[in-house]
Amino acid sequence: MTTTTTKVAKMNALQLNNAQFKSILQKATNLVALPLIGIVVFLLLWSMAADRIDTSLGKFPGPSSVVTQASTLYDEHVAEREKATAFYERQEKRNAERVAKDPNYQPKIRKYTGKETFFDQIITSLITVMSGFLLAALIAVPLGIAIGLNKSLNTAVNPIVQLFKPVSPLAWLPLVTMVVSAVYVSPEPVVPKSFLNSMITVTLCCIWPMVINTSVGVASIDKDLVNVSRVLRLPALKHVQKIVLPASVPAIFTGMRLSLGVAWMVLIAAEMLAQNPGLGKFVWDEFQNGSSDSLSRIMTAVIVIGFIGFLLDRVMLQLQRVVSWDKAGAH
Amino acid sequence: MSVILDISKIDMVFPTPKGPFTALKEVDLQISKGEFVSLIGHSGCGKSTVLNVVAGLYQASTGGVILNGREVSEPGPERAVVFQNHSLLPWLTAYQNVELAVKQVFGRSKSKAEVRDWVEHNLKLVHMDHAMNKRPDEISGGMKQRVGIARALAMQPEVLLMDEPFGALDALTRAHMQDSLMEIQAELNNTVIMITHDVDEAVLLSDRIVMMTNGPAATIGEILDVNLERPRERLALAEDPEYNHLRSEVLKFLYEKQRKVEPISASKSAKESTKKTTEVA
Ligand SMILES: Nc1ncnc2c1ncn2[C@@H]1O[C@H](COP(=O)(O)OP(=O)(O)OP(=O)(O)O)[C@@H](O)[C@H]1O
Ligand SMILES: [Mg+2]
Repeated sequence: MTTTTTKVAKMNALQLNNAQFKSILQKATNLVALPLIGIVVFLLLWSMAADRIDTSLGKFPGPSSVVTQASTLYDEHVAEREKATAFYERQEKRNAERVAKDPNYQPKIRKYTGKETFFDQIITSLITVMSGFLLAALIAVPLGIAIGLNKSLNTAVNPIVQLFKPVSPLAWLPLVTMVVSAVYVSPEPVVPKSFLNSMITVTLCCIWPMVINTSVGVASIDKDLVNVSRVLRLPALKHVQKIVLPASVPAIFTGMRLSLGVAWMVLIAAEMLAQNPGLGKFVWDEFQNGSSDSLSRIMTAVIVIGFIGFLLDRVMLQLQRVVSWDKAGAH
Repeated sequence: MSVILDISKIDMVFPTPKGPFTALKEVDLQISKGEFVSLIGHSGCGKSTVLNVVAGLYQASTGGVILNGREVSEPGPERAVVFQNHSLLPWLTAYQNVELAVKQVFGRSKSKAEVRDWVEHNLKLVHMDHAMNKRPDEISGGMKQRVGIARALAMQPEVLLMDEPFGALDALTRAHMQDSLMEIQAELNNTVIMITHDVDEAVLLSDRIVMMTNGPAATIGEILDVNLERPRERLALAEDPEYNHLRSEVLKFLYEKQRKVEPISASKSAKESTKKTTEVA
């Protein structure tokens, strides 16, 4: 009697495990297998299509040549870094020798002026987009809150926002460039002008969606929550801090993710257009270079640009999950 | 009994695109300390408007509200409001929601430990101490309403204002909440104005039932004194002739004297919609 019950229990356990196993398998299929199939099919189609496209610079790069170029780009980066270290070692040695000969000699330290590698350009672009984005957030979020809270201010500012929002930031680029070279004159600039140009372009691109989303978020706060604040007689600053800001965090993040995505696209274009350092310049230089490897190097850059754009969005999403109370809104 | 709250001949006129709309006309009501008054009337007659004027969220066009001899001109925690849809801050836990109110009202006079004790005491009063650290989206509608009541009670208001506090709850939960409220009322003896749509609720809870006429220009139609003995017990009352008399008085007022004339407004809106379609065509 007892043995049969234990047997049954065991069988139940087994069945349960079986069911659990099935559901795990299902999840694995959905999460891993399906995207994997998608990628494999894409790679197949890509390499088939690439074989058929001939350009003046040779065949269109397929997946394999992109992989080759990716590792070449990495090797070049390592080689360039070695050169730089070697340069600084030599310089140090030379300076030490001269100081030994002549104690009054002031050693000169020169910077290594090698070519920027692919990875340097990635870092430059990332720093540019993040600084431009942060600057925009610093301006846009307080401005958006003020506009959202004050109807008259909203009416006053709205036409300006609506006018500038549809302008491609690239149209600003020549103006930004001229103003920066006119205003930003110092013999020892802290940051290069080209960086400022790109950064301000990014800021101009980010600012409008952030202002609009923040102000809409603030203006559409539940009236009852505002009434709670009024009944409690929260002072203005506390009202913003305790009610307005938390309530509009989801809207603010929506604006931020939107603008960061656009900013990344615009930055690459701006770098190409203005020959400012960054991934855009890398692409443009390769295009001008016109060697047989150029197309595969550009294709590598394209994939990296896409991947970084994806990562930026994921990072913002993760940040939103941490900061925002509205878990439903963060997906 | 001393009058604590004097709603003195208030008119409320809203400016609307179609011209001024008189919602309230000469609403006049005096409420004593510790009295439980409920406002009943058909939808849209102006109950919330009266409550919002008392709360200070609206300014009466003429007349005014006098609390303890002082005219009311803005909202304040001495007239705490329990809103119809709880209005808890969704990013704060039940505890933090009450704490925000307590800190704002008693932040200067209470120490940190006292604030904590007071928050917990009020949550206990509404039987929500077991879910203090849950956020509003993790608790049921009735529980949210309890926290909303705890928040209002924690302000130790002179007058507690409740706008259909149980309107969104199912019948069973509502009965449970009414019992809780009677318990709390027996203990604290607050002065309360409560809006309700529910005739049984009005008779069960109130010392006086204020019945409002239909708008526009709504005003107080009749006032019914409820002298049923406390503590009241809903099952015993069901058999009570006095209770049933009061109940039918309210029903008579609502469905005979102030019958809502729906057909007129329905045909009116129908006319309007045909007008619109002809305009489009
Ligand atoms: N801010 C406002 N502006 C213009 N009209 C308003 C405003 N608030 C209320 N009204 C009008 O005043 C009248 C009374 O509204 P109120 O909300 O006080 O009714 P109520 O009795 O609370 O109704 P319900 O039982 O449905 O909550 C309605 O006709 C409404 O349209
Ligand atoms: Mg109402």
